[in-house]
Amino acid sequence: MATQRAARTNDEADHPSSPVLQFGPDKPLKLDAGTLLSPFQIAYQTYGTLNDARSNAILVCHALTGDQHVANTNPVTGKPGWWEVLIGPGKIIDTNRFFVICANVIGGCLGSTGPASTNPATGKPYGLDLPIITIRDMVRAQAMLVDHFGIEKLFCVLGGSMGGMQVLEWAASYPERVFSALPIATGARHSSQNIAFHEVGRQAVMADPEWHGGKYLDFGKRPEKGLAVARMAAHITYLSEAALHRKFGRNLQDREALTFGFDADFQIESYLRHQGMTFVDRFDANSYLYLTRAMDYFDLAADHGGRLADAFAGTRTRFCLVSFTSDWLFPTEESRSIVHALNAAGASVSFVEIETDRGHDAFLLDEPELFAAINGFIGSAARARGLSL
Amino acid sequence: MSVNRAQRVDLEVVTDLIPAKSRVLDVGSGDGVLLELLQETKQVDGRGLELSQRGVNECVARGLSVIQGDADTDLKFYADKGFDFVVLSQTLQATRNPKVVLDELLRIGNCAIVSFPNFGHWRVRFSLLIKGRMPVTKDLPYSWYDTPNIHFCTIRDFVNLCEELGATVEKATALDANGQKIGLSMPWWFWNFFGQQAVFLLKRA
Repeated sequence: MATQRAARTNDEADHPSSPVLQFGPDKPLKLDAGTLLSPFQIAYQTYGTLNDARSNAILVCHALTGDQHVANTNPVTGKPGWWEVLIGPGKIIDTNRFFVICANVIGGCLGSTGPASTNPATGKPYGLDLPIITIRDMVRAQAMLVDHFGIEKLFCVLGGSMGGMQVLEWAASYPERVFSALPIATGARHSSQNIAFHEVGRQAVMADPEWHGGKYLDFGKRPEKGLAVARMAAHITYLSEAALHRKFGRNLQDREALTFGFDADFQIESYLRHQGMTFVDRFDANSYLYLTRAMDYFDLAADHGGRLADAFAGTRTRFCLVSFTSDWLFPTEESRSIVHALNAAGASVSFVEIETDRGHDAFLLDEPELFAAINGFIGSAARARGLSL
Repeated sequence: MSVNRAQRVDLEVVTDLIPAKSRVLDVGSGDGVLLELLQETKQVDGRGLELSQRGVNECVARGLSVIQGDADTDLKFYADKGFDFVVLSQTLQATRNPKVVLDELLRIGNCAIVSFPNFGHWRVRFSLLIKGRMPVTKDLPYSWYDTPNIHFCTIRDFVNLCEELGATVEKATALDANGQKIGLSMPWWFWNFFGQQAVFLLKRA
């Protein structure tokens, strides 16, 4: 079952279950690394119908280990879409009303060009021959997809974590194309601590002998142990001490007493091992390296002369930022500094901090206050945009 | 969104001072009652700054553009003359540094509108003079030990502060205990004695 899924992931890289938009040599993707990516492709999902005025489009940006299957059953895992609690017919982001687009990021592994995709120059997977991808590169590619739909201005761009970084980049790079922006549980730059956690993850992948210098797919291998450890470490940062204690405490796993060995005595150990194991079935290890790097490189202020407010100078986009009290990956202060920059730029901005012990991952969960904020913000933006109810 | 009668009159006086389609920042926007009123009646481009997270979340859920922040520390992040009007309604007395806050309002807005309870009102004076107790009234219902209102002033005190900050009083309104406007022809001492609430429209060149 697991190997079947792994094989499925490899298939998805070149021949995804999603629609694919291909860009030939005439339309290369200009990368921040200074090179061109060509040809390349974007795999995406859409929901709902684009109206005649093309004014009801919402772009959803996914997080580090997310994908384009935001509101449909995931073809690899068979699980519901990662934001189905929020998006769908009659939901808060109502697909009867809005045209929702979600694309796999460049550097990902579910159909958009990434390290697991076949390099047309060699006929083999790119591996580490793929240039480093940045958040801005991802957004540039998304803009080409949005062009393809003939959409001049997106009604809303939203996303959490790495998705939130893309939202901020969209607002900074294409202010005239974003009517409203909803960055959740994110930051305008990756902190030193976050880079540190990512580096631990990358080193775990690269220390796995099955990684083969990044060429594991050529050998029919996968650095599963390394990637699982990376996921385990990262997963801890997505939760909070309070939530871990509430869920697991020091409870033992299927046993009455400590075994005086290194088995998973504790429930938390068993839980993390499970998280690691299921992750490697659906994710490419090199993709994990590329996407964590993209987040590390993100520093929106540095791209605008060191002053974050300048990234948003003159913006007419309506912003709503959301943070969670127990998120220690992107603490509230990160959102607040964006809010201050937006204030200085004279932007229209709302900011909600939600009290929860569920940590960073709260943005993916059924959080009534989050939904109330999104509902209020989208509703008032829709009225301002003249979208009928 | 319950407001008592005196507050309601205060909101009406503030709303009357603001022309349609202005850019307005409401400092201490609470649950958004003023912003909502201004949006409905004046179609303003309104923003809010509110200390309590609960108030902010309620505002955003109702579609208002509000952020969590502290008037004492967060006004410095706003650009010079970024708004036509900056409103500080019934909040000045709760700030740690009213002088700095007022200075910031005059910097951020082309006009500042400030409303506050007048501590020179005769009931307040009466309470101290005769009863020897800190006043607890319908509009100021807190005891001295749990009040958020740490910097009370009288109408005269406020006018002095405006002079000190180089602000000119464009318009001033005092409301008596029944929420009625006190006649414009009345002298300052009369306002200071019978005005329970005061609303000032200020400007600084």
